[in-house]
Amino acid sequence: MTDVLRAPHALEYTYTRSVGPVVERFFTGLGEHRIQGIKGADGKVIVPPTEYDPHTGESLTEFVDVSDAGCVTTWAWNTDPRPGQPLDRPFAWALIKLDGADTGMLHAVDAGDESTMSTGMRVKARWAADSVADMGALECFEPEAAK
Amino acid sequence: MTERSEGMIVERPLKLEYDYTAGLAQSRFLKGLAEGKIIGEKCPVCGKVYVGSRGSCPTDGVPTEGEIEVPAKGTLTTFCVVNVQFAGQSVETPYASGYMLCDGADIALMGLLQEVPIDQVRMGLRVEAVWADELGPTLSSIKYWRPTGEPDADYETYRHHL
Repeated sequence: MTDVLRAPHALEYTYTRSVGPVVERFFTGLGEHRIQGIKGADGKVIVPPTEYDPHTGESLTEFVDVSDAGCVTTWAWNTDPRPGQPLDRPFAWALIKLDGADTGMLHAVDAGDESTMSTGMRVKARWAADSVADMGALECFEPEAAK
Repeated sequence: MTERSEGMIVERPLKLEYDYTAGLAQSRFLKGLAEGKIIGEKCPVCGKVYVGSRGSCPTDGVPTEGEIEVPAKGTLTTFCVVNVQFAGQSVETPYASGYMLCDGADIALMGLLQEVPIDQVRMGLRVEAVWADELGPTLSSIKYWRPTGEPDADYETYRHHL
């Protein structure tokens, strides 16, 4: 019987991209520990902000500051985080509706244990020690009670 | 027209890390390369010889029969000349890569063509493999392909393999 060969195989694309004016403002805000959304054509606040209205397609320009705390609307427990994910220990991927926002933002919740997680729970942003104007400024969310 | 600046630029490398299992047939092919051999597998129904076989004939749906060695020599069926530099490129431009159909094989191997001026690269060119100094279970064991100097292959001999 022939032995079956096995080897690691990494496929890597080194993308460098421009983010556009809306995401640039969002990232810049994150660097200042502020979360900004954008007002849609129907008046609802979209977080993270989009360049165009998801329903009408028109350009959006009206930025709105939202809170860095909110509610978990849905979540999934990640028992085995992979390299490059926000945390190196088990955490929850969650849609978080920040106070003042009308949409959920996907991020990690550092809850320690799955039993701590529940739909509707309050969470608050944990900001990185060295802030850069990028997603990395927002390290993760954590249960608000832990504050 | 309004002037546009480039704005904020971010690095977003995308990396997919696989643990690749080659399977029985591909393992036989790869181990052949480690010994300086090109191993094909034949379909017992249509008789086609697959090089880099996945262990079954995609036309007849039957297992291929193992280990038919084909010579590391064949015909360039089609090719592409690369003139554009890109990140991670290891060969100087312009260069040609192409499909090398080993004699007796029905599937061509993709490979790099060297030791020939670009304007002399043509369909039907007879080529042979130049093996790497160190062989391993990888296609990198074939360093590149070069012309043998034989007369060009007749189009009819490879027209079904384009």
